[in-house]
Amino acid sequence: MSLWTRIVNVLRGERLNREIDEELEAHIAEAIAEGRDPVEARRAFGSTLRHRDGSRDVRLVSWLESLRSDAIFGLRQLKKTKVTSAAAILSLALAIGACTSAFRLIDAILLRPLPVANPERLYDLAEQGIGPDGKPQDFDGWAYSDFQLMRAAVKDQAELFAVSYADSVDLTYKSDEDIEKAYLQYVSGWMFPTLGLRPALGRLFTENDDLKPGGHPYAVLSYDYWSHRFGRDPAVIGRTFRMGNEIYEIAGVVEAPFTGTEPGTIVDIFVPTMMNPAVTRKDSTWHRSLAMVKPGAALEPMREKLEATSRAFEEERAKGFLGVSKKEIDQFLDQKVVLEPAATGVSDLQTETKRPLAVLGVLVALVLLIACANVANLMTAQASARAREMAVRVSIGGGRWRLIQLVLVQSAWLALMAAAIGGLFAWWSGPFVVSMINPPDNPARLILPSDWQVLGFGLALALLVTLLFGLIPALRASSVNPVSALKGGDDPHSKRRLMHALIAVQVAFCFLVLFVAGLFVTTFQRLSQQPTGFSTDRLLIVDAVTKTPQPIEFWEQVADHLRNVQGVEAVAIGDSALLGGSGWNNFISVNGAPPNGVLAYMRAVSPGWLDVMKIRLLDGRDFRPGDTHPGAALVNETFAKTYFDGVDPVGKSFDLSLDEGVRLRYEIVGLVGDVRYRNLREPILPQLYVPFHAVDNNGVSRKRGAGILLVRTSSLNPRSLASVLRQEVPRARAEFRVSRIRTQLEINQSHTVRERLLATLAMFFAIVALLLAGVGLYGVLHYSVLQRRREIGIRIAVGAQAGGIARLVTMDVFAMVLVGAVAGIGLGMLSVRYVESLFYQVRATDLQILALPALAILAGAFLAALRPVMQAVRIEPVSMLRTE
Amino acid sequence: MAKADSLQGSMDLLVLKMLSRRPGLHGYAIMTAIQDISGEVLRVEEGSLYPALHRMEEAGWIRAEWVTKETGRRARLYEVTAAGKKQLGTEESRWQAVTLAVNRVLREA
Repeated sequence: MSLWTRIVNVLRGERLNREIDEELEAHIAEAIAEGRDPVEARRAFGSTLRHRDGSRDVRLVSWLESLRSDAIFGLRQLKKTKVTSAAAILSLALAIGACTSAFRLIDAILLRPLPVANPERLYDLAEQGIGPDGKPQDFDGWAYSDFQLMRAAVKDQAELFAVSYADSVDLTYKSDEDIEKAYLQYVSGWMFPTLGLRPALGRLFTENDDLKPGGHPYAVLSYDYWSHRFGRDPAVIGRTFRMGNEIYEIAGVVEAPFTGTEPGTIVDIFVPTMMNPAVTRKDSTWHRSLAMVKPGAALEPMREKLEATSRAFEEERAKGFLGVSKKEIDQFLDQKVVLEPAATGVSDLQTETKRPLAVLGVLVALVLLIACANVANLMTAQASARAREMAVRVSIGGGRWRLIQLVLVQSAWLALMAAAIGGLFAWWSGPFVVSMINPPDNPARLILPSDWQVLGFGLALALLVTLLFGLIPALRASSVNPVSALKGGDDPHSKRRLMHALIAVQVAFCFLVLFVAGLFVTTFQRLSQQPTGFSTDRLLIVDAVTKTPQPIEFWEQVADHLRNVQGVEAVAIGDSALLGGSGWNNFISVNGAPPNGVLAYMRAVSPGWLDVMKIRLLDGRDFRPGDTHPGAALVNETFAKTYFDGVDPVGKSFDLSLDEGVRLRYEIVGLVGDVRYRNLREPILPQLYVPFHAVDNNGVSRKRGAGILLVRTSSLNPRSLASVLRQEVPRARAEFRVSRIRTQLEINQSHTVRERLLATLAMFFAIVALLLAGVGLYGVLHYSVLQRRREIGIRIAVGAQAGGIARLVTMDVFAMVLVGAVAGIGLGMLSVRYVESLFYQVRATDLQILALPALAILAGAFLAALRPVMQAVRIEPVSMLRTE
Repeated sequence: MAKADSLQGSMDLLVLKMLSRRPGLHGYAIMTAIQDISGEVLRVEEGSLYPALHRMEEAGWIRAEWVTKETGRRARLYEVTAAGKKQLGTEESRWQAVTLAVNRVLREA
């Protein structure tokens, strides 16, 4: 019989017993058949029960058998107290689920290494220095010429490759009727061999695919894109698509797990860097530079070499800067090159969500601890109710370890059931949370694998919480003193002391969670109520593109056509939406003086734009059809303050100061109100609007290939007009296509996505924490009333008033609540420093921020205390004393 | 076995020897056979026989099978496995060594 059959025998214990019994009975029957006296035969044989046990122990794994019986017993115990067990399991499940879910997110975004060869040797090159705004900045965008020099400089220590910031582009496979969006990344041809990637189909790029600017119109698809766009059709090789003016041919598909180097974006299409028009420009920093360091290469000498190379490049370039002060050039050149480990890839999502995820992680951990404290209290109360049972077990020879095992197994049941439910919860909530981080038009796509790592985390968590809430009650139960327990006189205070301490801990954590949640909610409120200076009311932003750049008159014809569409109130044209993410800027020179170093931020807009956006015109006039860029400008109040000392600048003029000393002259025709330009957090920027109608040096109109049409609708739901506009734009002029339609409201809301997510989740956890703490408090009070029934009965019998009884029952616990709250405030004040950067216009010391959690906890405590106090007051002294 | 004291050792030896000569005995028959052959000198304690049988079965020296006898009673019949034959050899030579040693001590002393 092998170990396996012994393990199996544990599960078929009853059958094993029957089998042994049958053999023993057969023995006695045989003896009787031989003519022996039945009584004598049985006596000679001895106790069948003892022989059975003897045989049984060799035929199965006895520790496993005891574990099994404890498991069955523990399950029965849990079933006996269905409601409390269910409450314990659910609260734990919620906490474990939230923890696992947070782990999945953190794992997917921050921890998981890229599926490439030697990810640990991958680094991202960045520059640290002082930005043009005078603040420290850390930027990892590079110009391609600089990159080439650096690559050559460290050739022996590392292989450098370029990857552009993955971006959504418009492309067409068949006719231009079907514009589709895809995520595209320009990558160095030699990236694929450097990362050890293999093709799933066709071929990947090599160095030879990335030599001549504009000379390699080939594309490699990601496996994900190949699957969902082409249904894994092998005939995809050789197919072409058009992007801009270029026709690309699909050369291959990269193997499955690789989806680019940016967690949060699944790249659809890779094309060689040489196909990016900016590849020949020295002033465009459009790609990241990643380094695959060779084994054994020292980082510091390599870093110094990179810094020297990059500085030499920028010094050469700075010679062309005119009208910029020496100090500014020094500041510009004074950059430290750093190598940041990029084993997990590098993306904006990572930098943006690092802190929020850490905060969420801590919040869920706190909720988990609160849940554990709850269950620990529950188990302690149960264990004390089982003190007699434990005492009996000890008296008849149950070992200490067996008793610990007994209680721990019961805890493990709770934890495992909770982990199973929690796992389901995490499986569902992970993608849900990801969908909440995402602005609707630009979804971050995240691979959330549920593999052994997540499973391992869940199981480790279950084990941890079993020990956390199970060990102390188990140790206490096992240290029972049979004599005093059976007499019914164990020291009741020791148990209550433990429970009270746990209450204080719970309240402290709960306060912390509520406090942080309050800060996040206030931040979200303040930020989303931040005045933007313009109206989002019924406003649609229609991104329009043309196959080749079109004259301004055509753009105006399209706008005119839309004005006549049913349901459209007003239409204007612009280069991009306010708060839309992109921006451009220039230095300003007033009266020929050198620029003062403050950048002015620009938008190109058509006449009527102010009206559509409902931006206040403070002085002067809006643009007229004849105005051109350069020529006329509208400026905002901050612009007037920054460059004209707050004097009304209407009628005055200024120059835009461009590279190589070119200056463009503008006359200010109007002064307009301040609006939010890039995001909601930064101070209002000096803004400058120029006409959408641009002319070149010779006064000839420039054509435009992309722009936005701003459409104010009469319907309250502007989206309902989206499909009509999609059709009407090409109908107006056949060259025009709509590539995307958003409402301005969505664009605005995309800036508070992180805050909304944090506020929602933090609020959710706060409610859970409060609920759990309330349940815990109720349990402890209820238990202490039960335990002190006799004492309370006597007190009532000798004339104690209801108020006195209530005070007696609640005083200790409320003292603990206070201790916990004070500790919570302390913890809050300490921890808030680490998350301050996530807050907006709130301070941790605001009275409201401190008072709300305190009030919520007090109210919760009061509600929790209500029922136990009523029970205590209603104790009938006579019946109470009689039962004992 | 870890705790093969002399008594237990001889029990294993006797049972294995008996079964190797006459395969397909049940517990009672093993017991009576040992008693008969030894001329009632060796008495197997009835109760301790079964834990020993099950231990040997567990060790893989013997295997058992339920059969229904012509009398209609069911019985669990044992026989020696290959491993059990090997074990019997070891046990036998050990027994020889022990008795030889004991005899030598008795003679020399």
